[in-house]
Amino acid sequence: MADKVLTANRLSDGISVWLDAAGNWNEQLQDAFVARHKEAVDALEATGKQAFADNKVVDVNVVDVEEVDGVLRPLRMRERIRAEGPSIAYAAGYAGLTATAQPVA
Amino acid sequence: MYRYDEFDHAFVAGRVEQFRDQVERRLSGELAEDAFKPLRLMNGVYLQLHAYMLRIAIPYGTLSARQMRMLAHIGRKYDRGYGHFTTRQNIQFNWPKLSEIPDALADLASVEMHALQTSGNCIRNVTADHFAGAAADEVADPRPYAEILRQWSSVHPEFSFLPRKFKIAVTGAERDRAAIQVHDIGLHLKKNDAGAIGFAVYVGGGQGRTPMVAKKIRDFLPEQDLLSYTTAIMRVYNLHGRRDNKYKARIKILVHETGAEELSRQVEAEFAELKNTELKLPEADIAAISAYFAPPELAARAEGWANLAEWKKADPAFAAWVRQNVQPHKHPDYGMVTISLKPIGGIPGDATSEQMEAVADIAEDYALDEIRVSHEQNLILPHVALADLEAVYRGLVAAGLATANAGLITDIIACPGLDYCALANARSIPVAQEISTRFGAPERQAEIGELKIKISGCINACGHHHVGHIGLLGVEKKGAELYQITLGGSGDENTSIGEIIGRGFEPEKVTDAIEVVVDTYLGLRLDPSETFLAAYRRVGPQPFKDALYGDKTAAAA
Repeated sequence: MADKVLTANRLSDGISVWLDAAGNWNEQLQDAFVARHKEAVDALEATGKQAFADNKVVDVNVVDVEEVDGVLRPLRMRERIRAEGPSIAYAAGYAGLTATAQPVA
Repeated sequence: MYRYDEFDHAFVAGRVEQFRDQVERRLSGELAEDAFKPLRLMNGVYLQLHAYMLRIAIPYGTLSARQMRMLAHIGRKYDRGYGHFTTRQNIQFNWPKLSEIPDALADLASVEMHALQTSGNCIRNVTADHFAGAAADEVADPRPYAEILRQWSSVHPEFSFLPRKFKIAVTGAERDRAAIQVHDIGLHLKKNDAGAIGFAVYVGGGQGRTPMVAKKIRDFLPEQDLLSYTTAIMRVYNLHGRRDNKYKARIKILVHETGAEELSRQVEAEFAELKNTELKLPEADIAAISAYFAPPELAARAEGWANLAEWKKADPAFAAWVRQNVQPHKHPDYGMVTISLKPIGGIPGDATSEQMEAVADIAEDYALDEIRVSHEQNLILPHVALADLEAVYRGLVAAGLATANAGLITDIIACPGLDYCALANARSIPVAQEISTRFGAPERQAEIGELKIKISGCINACGHHHVGHIGLLGVEKKGAELYQITLGGSGDENTSIGEIIGRGFEPEKVTDAIEVVVDTYLGLRLDPSETFLAAYRRVGPQPFKDALYGDKTAAAA
């Protein structure tokens, strides 16, 4: 089974978020709680359903990730872009993907 | 341009307050997502990968400087300082907070703008030739008719829950710059032998997963029958269009399955019932709307001819820009300016708030306060005196908006793709950027000549790849991006759907593949006046397949 994390978009501003180990919706994928067995995945799914029902987040999904040298990396390109932001320098002054791709210390 | 009357003001303001209430109830938890989603979509609010997206309607692509400044303000106050002009002549903002969108809509309403019907299964923003009212080859200005359709279709109770979205485009010239044959309804404004105004009516065109060229079902529809005939089409579609499968719900499928002849018969039967009802447009109403679009008073500025010749001689970069980005105007002392939103290596269609303000200033100072958005994701100043071209150019250079590439290989259409869009399978923008960079040298672009590359990041075809001379469709294969190339598409008066040339290319190989296609064209064209499209239509796909894949087996794989 691939490792999994729980992701969604925050209701109030739509920003992509991931569930962390403290149960908070965090803007950094690198802070996400990683489920490595079925029971943990079930717990993620239940948490996601509850958060959706509580109107905290929308578009809730469990997604596959791998851990490479301590850095979480979603398996799908779509999820990598969600985690890292657009892969392009989209506005003057924007630092681009590499700046946000770094794990948060 | 059209100005809101009291009814319009009250209606739009009412909708803003209604949506404010809906957003508040959503944020408080009173409204669940399932109930709220259709409401937000009715107000142009989508959820994308990273955030919400607000799509604002720009009716038939026409804007005043004041409205453009407001878009700059929206970008700065509610977004990240930029916006994205779309292939439907609208603008999208990629990062607004849901909680702030009602304020943004209230700001927009203050300049007679809104986001209604930019989503949902309704009649969407009516699009038109971006050179409307200015083009030398125009029979009549299509915008009054687009405005009449806009007013008629706005929250039309019968047509607010169609089987699927519905797009209407209007052009007023033989040369189709509005891609009417790939719209649900395409209207070609023309005069008959008696000099009366009317429309050739096309129906059932579209792109997406099932691209179709529209069928002409009327050679000449008198202008007073515009609404009754359109209503007849909508009724036939609303009744018989498929609601069981969203991928087969567009009118193009109905036209295809029913046959144009039978569909036309049904429309004519419905039209016979409607023809002499209240839908018949009184001449006075057409005249009243047309008055809003009366051509501006253009003073004679004959000095521009001599000035222009001198400026061009003194500055080759200016001369290149005039040659590529300025088109003949109805008035011989004026030109129509294309402001390219395709800087070399840049993001097609994006403009910063500062750039929007610069365009607004230039439009006010030199272009009679008129700006257009083209479906090719550029901005247009439709009325600029030749005598003012040099000043306009200097202003655009200062704003980073003077790329001389209108209609050339780097004037690429690209959808937002997987960098933003929740539906996308692959990225579009980085591919456009790499192609633009590869072919960016002015000499090389000039040598290649007219060539339209259009890129979509999924089968929904927002990047119009089906009608690109070279089209690119991004797909996901085994978790990675792959780009399928189509050749020979065109969205003009001789519309054609591009043909898939063979197996797709990985992101790092797709620019090389485009270069092979371009070099093949350069090698086989009869002379530099034979465009890529003309050459392709002459020789067909085989030389390109051979060049790309070496042998037929590989191409078929």
